[in-house]
Amino acid sequence: MKIIVPIKQVPETSAVRMDEATGTIVREGAKAIVNPLDLYAIETALMIKEAQGARVTALTMGPPSAINALKEAVAMGCDDALLLTDKRFAGADTWSTSYVLACAIRKLGIPDLVICGERATDGDTGQVGPGVAGWLGLPVLSYIAGVELPEGGRMRVRRMVEDGYEVLETPLPALLTVVKEVANPRLPTLRGKQRAKKLEIPVWKPEDIDAEVVNLGLKGSPTRVVKIHRPKVGRACEKLPAGDAAALDAASRKLAAVIVGTGVL
Amino acid sequence: MDGYAGVWILAEQKDGRIQRISHELLTRGRALADKRGAPLTAVVLGWRVAQPDLDDLIARGADRVLLVDDERLAHFLPDSFAACLGHLIRTERPEIIIAGATSTGRTLMPLVAVQVGAGLTADCTILDIEEGSGHLLQTRPAIGGNILATINCPDHRPQMATVRPRSTPVALPAAGRKGEIVRTGAVAEALESRVVRISFEETGEENELGEADVVVAVGRGIKRAENLKLVQPLVQALGAALGASRDVIDRGWLSYPHQIGLSGKTVNPKLYIALGISGAIQHLAGMQTAETIIAVNSDPDAQIFKVADYGVVGDLFEVVPALAQQLQRMGGR
Repeated sequence: MKIIVPIKQVPETSAVRMDEATGTIVREGAKAIVNPLDLYAIETALMIKEAQGARVTALTMGPPSAINALKEAVAMGCDDALLLTDKRFAGADTWSTSYVLACAIRKLGIPDLVICGERATDGDTGQVGPGVAGWLGLPVLSYIAGVELPEGGRMRVRRMVEDGYEVLETPLPALLTVVKEVANPRLPTLRGKQRAKKLEIPVWKPEDIDAEVVNLGLKGSPTRVVKIHRPKVGRACEKLPAGDAAALDAASRKLAAVIVGTGVL
Repeated sequence: MDGYAGVWILAEQKDGRIQRISHELLTRGRALADKRGAPLTAVVLGWRVAQPDLDDLIARGADRVLLVDDERLAHFLPDSFAACLGHLIRTERPEIIIAGATSTGRTLMPLVAVQVGAGLTADCTILDIEEGSGHLLQTRPAIGGNILATINCPDHRPQMATVRPRSTPVALPAAGRKGEIVRTGAVAEALESRVVRISFEETGEENELGEADVVVAVGRGIKRAENLKLVQPLVQALGAALGASRDVIDRGWLSYPHQIGLSGKTVNPKLYIALGISGAIQHLAGMQTAETIIAVNSDPDAQIFKVADYGVVGDLFEVVPALAQQLQRMGGR
């Protein structure tokens, strides 16, 4: 069995701070990590590998430094990795990104499974996974919260929707996007880290994946960001003490009045 | 861009009944269609969809309902829904298509966007038409709501977007509004799906966090799972959905569908009450757009107070019963 896991390097959100004066978010100095939701995709692939044997390849498109995200995936147990990096890839929206990943996957050979995180914590779109499935013509199973092991070229999964879970069955090959509930990601091991250090990770350019240059990067993206606005997220909090019985009573009266004022009752 | 006209919304149905998100989309779609001087179409893919619900789409603002009614469309399956919607787009060439940023919309729209070569923006909270160019302007929160990006799609049609649930009021019905219901058959192979739906397991209230007007959320300050029952009177008095910070989920006190924040759900209720939640950036990403935020925390320096409108510095185990009692006295639920 072959499994490909497309991942993304993102800024670490816990490192961002709120600017006290302006109430906006400061991202400077945040270090780059593997998208936390991609760890669940890697873990799902590794679970299947351990249970029935598989070759797991991590794949990313990004700047040269994104190689560190791939090294972490290898340290967790992925067998190999591939970096797509080139100036012409830069500025891609989800349409163009999913095109590039699909070209690379086709070049590597369509695997039995492509497993993605549900979305990345920076862009937050969740569009790349289904987009890749669209380009490759694979069945897509999104919001997957549980998987059964593949059997006889088919696989059953549990899909989380607003009011419950669907049990779905798909033929392979297929593409899954997984949510946190699917598995508990393991930590990289010392041996894995050593392997990752030594592993030569290939770096591919548009020519290596037979990508049409018109579909690449900012120029190849249908959407354009025309304005960025930093909303003030801080609010002027009216503090209500509740230290003694009288204060507690006053606070609960005040809150009840606020709640009535919102019109939700 | 020549040859593309009209605004479409993708209505959602469950068991043949049109869902609330569809009425929110009508509010958005009507405003866009009026600015473009174009008709508004509600696309319905489903099976045995209730006739009064279809008429209601027209009463609430659609000029036309485009219906594909087939047993194989009873439940959302990406293959058949994408093939069907793709087929309709290629035949009718709409200029704008919006869908809910739901588990259906966020799966279907990116599949269709690559099929038809359209630009797509996820989870928009503001939609408008650019003066002069007539392009759709799509504004969405990114990086956990810490920036708002406005996006357009100048050279591709249709322009597609998913819209965050509860980010706009539902369109109200107007008596006597006229429109047509067009039943259309899709090509038979468009209805086939490789993925098969085996069964469905309803989880009830807990999964409907994203749809709630009031969310009561608990954090580590709740201290142990048994204490959850202490917030129930408040949850009931407010008819609220129960949410939680990541800590509570990771400790196994509540299941993952309750998680609010960067690796869980994003909620946008009228009222958010945070109980014993410290306010890590990851949590704020999932709730800071709530209309009114009330926080209760014993630590006066907790970060949650920075995004709250009202903050009670005190013991939640005292504040919650006092508040629930106060609400009951005022004749709440």
